Amino acid sequence: MRVFVLVKHAPSPESTLRVGADGKSVDPVCLTYDINDWDKYAVEEAVRLKEKYGGEVVAVSVGVNCDATLKKCLAMGVDRAVKVPVEAGFDPYQTAEAIVDVLRGERFDIVISGFMSQDTNNALVGVLAAAMLDLPFATAVVELSVEGDEVRAVREIEGGYREEVFLQLPCLVTVQSGINEPRYVSIMGIKAARSKELREHVVKLRGPSVFVERIYVPPTRRAEILKGSMPEVAEKLVELIGSKGVI
Amino acid sequence: MRVFAVAEHRLGEINPVSLELLNFANKIKGDGTSEAVIVGDDVRALSSVLAGCADKVWALSGSQLEHYNPESHADVLLQLFEKEPPDLVLLGNTSQGCELAPLLAVRLRCPIVTDVVGASVEGGLIVSRYIYQGKLMVDLKLNRTPCVLTVRQGVFKEGIELRGEVTELRLTPSKPLRRRFSRIIEPEEGEIDVSKAEVIVAVGRGAAPSLKLAEKLASLLNGAVAGSRPVIDSGLLAKDRQVGISGKTVKPKVYLALGISGAFQHVMGMKDSELIIAVNKDPQAPIFNVAHYGVIADVQELLPKLLSKVEERRK
Ligand SMILES: Cc1cc2nc3c(=O)[nH]c(=O)nc-3n(C[C@H](O)[C@H](O)[C@H](O)COP(=O)(O)OP(=O)(O)OC[C@H]3O[C@@H](n4cnc5c(N)ncnc54)[C@H](O)[C@@H]3O)c2cc1C
Ligand SMILES: Nc1ncnc2c1ncn2[C@@H]1O[C@H](COP(=O)(O)O)[C@@H](O)[C@H]1O
Repeated sequence: MRVFVLVKHAPSPESTLRVGADGKSVDPVCLTYDINDWDKYAVEEAVRLKEKYGGEVVAVSVGVNCDATLKKCLAMGVDRAVKVPVEAGFDPYQTAEAIVDVLRGERFDIVISGFMSQDTNNALVGVLAAAMLDLPFATAVVELSVEGDEVRAVREIEGGYREEVFLQLPCLVTVQSGINEPRYVSIMGIKAARSKELREHVVKLRGPSVFVERIYVPPTRRAEILKGSMPEVAEKLVELIGSKGVI
Repeated sequence: MRVFAVAEHRLGEINPVSLELLNFANKIKGDGTSEAVIVGDDVRALSSVLAGCADKVWALSGSQLEHYNPESHADVLLQLFEKEPPDLVLLGNTSQGCELAPLLAVRLRCPIVTDVVGASVEGGLIVSRYIYQGKLMVDLKLNRTPCVLTVRQGVFKEGIELRGEVTELRLTPSKPLRRRFSRIIEPEEGEIDVSKAEVIVAVGRGAAPSLKLAEKLASLLNGAVAGSRPVIDSGLLAKDRQVGISGKTVKPKVYLALGISGAFQHVMGMKDSELIIAVNKDPQAPIFNVAHYGVIADVQELLPKLLSKVEERRK
């Protein structure tokens, strides 16, 4: 079984977020980057598939500075990594096209992506790639197994309900948080990663289909902020809660 | 503009987001039309609900369309769009919309933007959406049509009344399907139903270390402890305690959000609570946009004080 996993080196929403001087970007100085949260689950799931069925796991990342994230994947048990050194910016099409360019030259059974990027929150790249490659797919998967020449995927839908579907191989799934517990990177893993292949794959992007006009802080702010010392604030909270007749 | 809204239904009921899509369509169509599309094995009854908000309704029915499947649904939608070319295709930002929309966009070779919460059409189509889990917003310009958008639920609630004509088309997918629907799995029920609690103490990732104290507070207030998704994912609380779009929708008298950032997927499950109080150490946290009262503080510091004040008062 050969599994490809798509990972993004992404700024954390916990970073200090400041709008850039051009009003169209996020000030990069304050951003801290790591593997996109959802993609940790994707890597873990891919490595588990290999541990269960044998084969190879390959990580693909699009971005000029994604080496740290790819090395983390290698340390988690991924066998080799492909870096596409371009900055696709806001347009998910460009990222998907870059990934498709890598996948077209490879054989694979399953492609796993995260559900969405923690910075842009698009939830697009995985399905766009699947559509471009004409692969069957399922999103927000919380249970995954291989049964014969099919993948059984349980996908999360609204309100705590889930949907069970079967996909013919090869296919693509995007995984939802909670599907597994991503492993920590071990010292042994880091050592092993040093001898693994990390190759660059060069592509030419076709130009974006959406354009950033403006980035800004959302306008609304409803809450009345309670001020004072901790005991004062606690006292006010008790008043508020008490006003609903529940104490 | 000719704006198509792809409706959604489950267990014989229209998802309210479908009507919101039509409200959105009516707002931006200009001298064009708002047209609802619904796909299923027998969708005549549901079509009339949509007709009340649309200039036209397309009911695409067929025996192979009983269950939602992105492959069969996209296939028949594309058959329609071939004959009736859209300028804009709208879908809900839902578990179905997130699959169908990008598939349609690739097949229509057009730009796509997800989770849209606002739009203007003067000087080209510009749409607004949140990024960084609600902490920032971006306006995006789309330079060509058609475009595909998914629209956040709960935003476009106001609309006009129309009386669209329903056209039924019987269609079958043109290709064999490679994804097969098997079944819907019901949520597991736990010992208590948080949606019935009058007081909810909700624990987010930022309050996970204070879970024990939160439980104590909840029991003092005769309420229940609930959690945001990361707290449930990490196994600290049972699945049925999750509040949000993929968990429960709650409307307690008091909702105390501790260390919860306020991502929309969480907010959708609790925004209609009578009194919402948020405690978060980050003044930028989007939870303060839905809370009635906010405290900018460390939960670990505030919670013991709050507990002792509640205990005092109960004496
Ligand atoms: C399809 C889909 C469905 C989803 N469904 C749900 C759902 O049903 N329910 C749900 O909750 N989420 C859901 N999510 C996840 C959602 O997007 C957010 O990731 C999640 O709600 C974040 O949880 P959180 O606020 O606890 O954690 P975080 O976003 O990590 O926020 C933690 C917060 O705690 C604050 N904090 C940290 N330490 C402290 C401290 N000591 N004192 C005070 N504050 C502190 C931080 O400032 C931060 O604001 C879904 C996501 C997707 C994509
Ligand atoms: N630059 C990238 N490189 C590799 N994979 C990516 C990249 N951006 C997004 N992805 C994958 O696509 C998923 C959805 O991302 P998005 O569409 O940006 O929300 C992520 O969880 C990743 O698995």
